[in-house]
Amino acid sequence: MSVLVIAEHDNATLKPATLNAVTAAAKLGGDVAMLVAGQGCAAVADAAAKVAGVAKVLVADAAAYAHPLAENLTPLIVKLAPAFSHVVATATTFGKNLMPRVAALLDVQQISEVMAIEAPDTFVRPIYAGNALATVKSSDKIKVMTVRATAFEAAATGGGNAARETVPATDDAGLSRFVGQALSKMERPELTAARIIISGGRAMQNGENFKLLEAVADRLGAAVGASRAAVDAGFVPNDYQVGQTGKIVAPELYIAVGISGAIQHLAGMKDSKVIVAINKDEEAPIFSVADYGLVADLFKAIPELQAELDRTKS
Amino acid sequence: MKVLVAVKRVVDFNVKIRVKADKTGVETANVKMSMNPFDEIAVEEAVRLKEAGKATDIVAVSMGPQQCQETLRTALAMGADRGIHVLSDGELQPLAVAKLLKAVVDKEQPALVILGKQAIDDDSNQTGQMLAALLGWPQATFASKLALGSDEAEVTREIDGGLETIAIKLPAIVTTDLRLNEPRYASLPNIMKAKKKPIDALKPDELGVDVTPRLTTLKVEEPAKRKGGVKVASIAELVDKLRNEAKVI
Repeated sequence: MSVLVIAEHDNATLKPATLNAVTAAAKLGGDVAMLVAGQGCAAVADAAAKVAGVAKVLVADAAAYAHPLAENLTPLIVKLAPAFSHVVATATTFGKNLMPRVAALLDVQQISEVMAIEAPDTFVRPIYAGNALATVKSSDKIKVMTVRATAFEAAATGGGNAARETVPATDDAGLSRFVGQALSKMERPELTAARIIISGGRAMQNGENFKLLEAVADRLGAAVGASRAAVDAGFVPNDYQVGQTGKIVAPELYIAVGISGAIQHLAGMKDSKVIVAINKDEEAPIFSVADYGLVADLFKAIPELQAELDRTKS
Repeated sequence: MKVLVAVKRVVDFNVKIRVKADKTGVETANVKMSMNPFDEIAVEEAVRLKEAGKATDIVAVSMGPQQCQETLRTALAMGADRGIHVLSDGELQPLAVAKLLKAVVDKEQPALVILGKQAIDDDSNQTGQMLAALLGWPQATFASKLALGSDEAEVTREIDGGLETIAIKLPAIVTTDLRLNEPRYASLPNIMKAKKKPIDALKPDELGVDVTPRLTTLKVEEPAKRKGGVKVASIAELVDKLRNEAKVI
């Protein structure tokens, strides 16, 4: 048995979520190889070779892989896959876009968003927005799967010493081309990688008021998130959204401010270690999942929280 | 230009689902069913393309039991021109659906297929990408903006960390994300008109597709319930608990 992990990267750095996929791959048993396909991606290959648990790094460097276009990456992975029992990527937009295309060409039914590995062919995955968990067994020869990053620890970024092998690149499929990118400027940690997250809901009233949360976030080294209601109301960009249709997060501390706790939001954050809810409606469903609840007006509570953090700073 | 849209009949998004006591699945008997919300966005986008003079003919396709015809009627009431129902009472997994859709696409020859990015029941997020693979077509998944040209489409995609724009050659597959559009409600006259629009019925073996599931569901369970904790009286108490009890700040 051997597992191929598809690295997600931007040709300069390995995306942290890939480290969680390495841990999932190690749980499957057998050797773990990582594919780094990019253009001028030597730094990523270096980083991949140092990841604990990775035995081999396959490097494909070509212009066709400058951007992660599924049309160009798929033929490469399909060519490599028969040497492996499992092909794994993280269930990020990168993995979700790419892996089903790979699975279909291998004539394999992909397993999406794996949360637990029961056996090399048996997996637990969420259905109905995480309101039910299905245990499924695959009868396919090669298992193609995406794994939920928050369900697996990140592999250590040091200690590994993987062998490196260059693999021949496949041609540009000529079907799609990268035009541009508009990434939100994040001065704070990314939501999916943050240790602490503070999120605002519709009760924030407008985008300007999110500055209140940012002030607290800066004191805690936290990321700022939002509920779908706040995103739909246009307060913040949509990549702030925590929930089943946004980002699935599981930080050590999640602070929900003015968020009622719709099922779709809970599905995105209920695996957080400690949850704090601040809401003036004491009947809000968010309190049923919160470890610590404070019934208060957020416009009074958040400045107070900021002051208290400053006052008690150790 | 002909546009094909795929629509799935799922448990309505407002329904709080119940796991069956024997753990074989989720209760769907006597539960309100509706069109998958992402598929409504797909239908809406197709109808807007037609209203803009870019699409000429919209074909809605659904797969599953007889009642899928209701879902197709909804698509027809929103503005699709005709429906195709692939009748199957057994479980259809995404790979099988993609193969069936490929067979329909081979017959219908659309220039564009629009699908929801995922169904809210199995949350697989696979069918569009698989269909693109089987057809050898490009794919633009998680679309929040679609600009359709005559031989190319420029699509803005929602990716982690922001937005990405790609250009794809036609024919192509697009899967919808939430912010692509806001689907309309069908008007009563359009609901009446939809009853007269044609729906063709097909069977998987007529399309030459083996739909045998590859994944066996061993059990379906409810996730562990998170217990509510304590209420604190003040910010000072909250900060104290986070520092000294939970030790997370």
